[in-house]
Amino acid sequence: MCLAIPALIKSIEGKEAEAEIGGIIRRVSLWLTPEAEVGDYVLVHTGYAINVLDQEEAEETLRLLEEIAEIGGDEG
Amino acid sequence: MKFITEFRRADLAEGLISQIHRRSQTPVRFMEFCGGHTVTIFRYGIRQILPSTIEMVSGPGCPICVTANADLDKAIALAHVPDVIIATFGDMIKVPGSRSSLQQAKADGADVRMVYSTMDAIKMAEENPTKSVIFLGIGFETTAPTIAASVLQAEDKRIRNYYVLSLHKLCPPVIRAILDSGEVKLHGLICPGHVSAIIGSHPWEFIARDYGIPCVVSGFEPLDILQCVDMLVDQIEIGESKVEIAYRRGVRPEGNQQALKLMAQVFEPCPATWRGIGEVTDSGLKIRKEYQHFDAELAFDFDPGLPYEPSGCICGDILRGVKTPFDCQLFAKACTPQYPVGPCMVSSEGSCAACYHYGRDFEG
Amino acid sequence: MKDRILLAHGSGGRLAHELVEKSFLQAFTNPILAKLDDSAVFDFSGRLAFTTDSYVISPIFFPGGDIGKLAVCGTVNDLAMSGAQPLYLSLSFIIEEGLPQSELGQIVDSIQNTAKEAGVKIATGDTKVVNRGSADKLFINTAGIGIIPQRVDISGSNATPGDRVLLSGPIGDHGIAVLSQREGLRFSTQLESDCAPLNSLVAEMLEASPNIHCLRDPTRGGLATTLNELAKQSKVSIRIEEEKVPVREEVLAACEMLGFDPLYIANEGKLVAILSAEDADKVLKAMRENPYGKDASIIGEVRAEHPGRVVMKTCLGASRIVDMLVGDPLPRIC
Repeated sequence: MCLAIPALIKSIEGKEAEAEIGGIIRRVSLWLTPEAEVGDYVLVHTGYAINVLDQEEAEETLRLLEEIAEIGGDEG
Repeated sequence: MKFITEFRRADLAEGLISQIHRRSQTPVRFMEFCGGHTVTIFRYGIRQILPSTIEMVSGPGCPICVTANADLDKAIALAHVPDVIIATFGDMIKVPGSRSSLQQAKADGADVRMVYSTMDAIKMAEENPTKSVIFLGIGFETTAPTIAASVLQAEDKRIRNYYVLSLHKLCPPVIRAILDSGEVKLHGLICPGHVSAIIGSHPWEFIARDYGIPCVVSGFEPLDILQCVDMLVDQIEIGESKVEIAYRRGVRPEGNQQALKLMAQVFEPCPATWRGIGEVTDSGLKIRKEYQHFDAELAFDFDPGLPYEPSGCICGDILRGVKTPFDCQLFAKACTPQYPVGPCMVSSEGSCAACYHYGRDFEG
Repeated sequence: MKDRILLAHGSGGRLAHELVEKSFLQAFTNPILAKLDDSAVFDFSGRLAFTTDSYVISPIFFPGGDIGKLAVCGTVNDLAMSGAQPLYLSLSFIIEEGLPQSELGQIVDSIQNTAKEAGVKIATGDTKVVNRGSADKLFINTAGIGIIPQRVDISGSNATPGDRVLLSGPIGDHGIAVLSQREGLRFSTQLESDCAPLNSLVAEMLEASPNIHCLRDPTRGGLATTLNELAKQSKVSIRIEEEKVPVREEVLAACEMLGFDPLYIANEGKLVAILSAEDADKVLKAMRENPYGKDASIIGEVRAEHPGRVVMKTCLGASRIVDMLVGDPLPRIC
């Protein structure tokens, strides 16, 4: 029920946007994320963007996980 | 798919798994509250790869599973009101109520339609001006703002045939109720990721502060869950208890202010009955007076009848984390996804459904 | 209403004859059908494979195909899954009154093109027209006959521990393509149904090795259901690896969005083959040389323990059960 998927905003018209998820284009409502801009990734839940994804934080998390994997390799 | 595939990388999973095995010394029990987390855990076999020091238990985070029969009966009764279209998310259709289900009502001639979004329901109302479209408002804080937005949109467009049956529920109060009951001893909480995207991480602080239980907000991919477990183990082993966000790409500590504003504009907290738990104060959402012309409970004359729970079904115990699906006499015998007795088996995120599809013992 | 199918078109009178002669005979030219006898008559010797199917898909036109193409491929593939060379099809139309003739014409052309590609002939047919509302535009029923070569012995009960499990390509295309049409999902590059006749692929696989134990096309219920059926029929377990099962990004995205699992989505141009380990590489090579098998891969193996079970190793290395489909996530998809 809390299914929300990252989608890329391609264009905005008023309070609605066209967003792309893995090659699928969907109309998404920006009522909950008026600050979203073209080029942002948003989390889409039941047709609404519920948050703008922080791409830097995503990269930071992956970097952190890569470090952990390396430590594991060293100790392994 | 960006932001999904990277968080399923097997090489990064290996690193986290070995770190967890290295660090985890103290036997602990962690609860994942959210149904979406339960599905990820079962689908990727996460319980199998965690060390034996960690026991996982599922909580009542499936909004469909925790909808009490009395409330579902209201929806079914409304479906039978003439010229009504019930618009609902797919999962609700098959859930058995006291005597019937929306699917059964549909077979009996009621107009019940599945939608993916309230936007579809609004369109349905515009396209069917002689009918009343009642949207079944099920879901936690992730979903409630979208229903609030739909009410405001309907108000803006002066749509007079759109209604909401608000069965929405709030998570923090029920977690407090579970902890207060003392039935299950928990050492860590995997906090719901998308609920937190809306409400932020501050509402979970009472858990760390008043109960001394570490909390980490997790995303929904397998690496997210593993990272979350790693962070919980870390807090346990150094004797800390605080709220942390692992899902930093999706959750800010202050949440989504706009969503919270719309939610507060349309709804106010009210008592709500959770299946298996009973009534919990301020754990539901009621439509405010200013928008009461959208409230289906007030607009229609209907009789849901007296609620009734089937015997043998222990969904309530499973939702509180006191029992597992394997403890249920009916699980995988009388109660299967094809012939479900209780909602935990019907909902795609229910513990019983997840366990049946992915986690049954190979001998089962 | 000159351009629509009327009840009279199904009643056996002049309009019906016109329809058969102008639309069907012209498209499906072959000497057996042209005789217009009550039955098609031919000589055979050898083992026959015989199958029947009905097609009720909605919508009747979808990205990558239509109900006609589907009817031919479905029937041809059922025969091919027994190792048979498909020869003749029967074709029975149940048409809803009011169907535009142009749409019927398109479907007839589609049937002919697909039959030509598969090398099968439409030997006999029937047409009925029913009142508006009694059918959804068009239903098609088929039967098919094929000949099974001597050394071939393919059956769902032949899987043996140690065998390898091969899959001819990415899963989920058909179901999601049809759903996208129904739900108005737009793709940046349109996803198409994988609907295709697989008899040439099967013939090439059999040339590479006659020791193919099982063949099945994962239609309704998807790969998961097919593997479960084979495991139960052969009383073995099947173990697959998630990372080896190909899924297109768009299919994955649609499934993520709508809450489906690609393992359960219908395919109409894919096959699963179970054969002895020593021949697996040879057959895989033969598959990859055919356009309908270019993305073929070995996805798993057959084991003796836990008969009837299908188990998948997830990307994390842990295992989970792959159950049969319960209910119908996508109704009227074939």
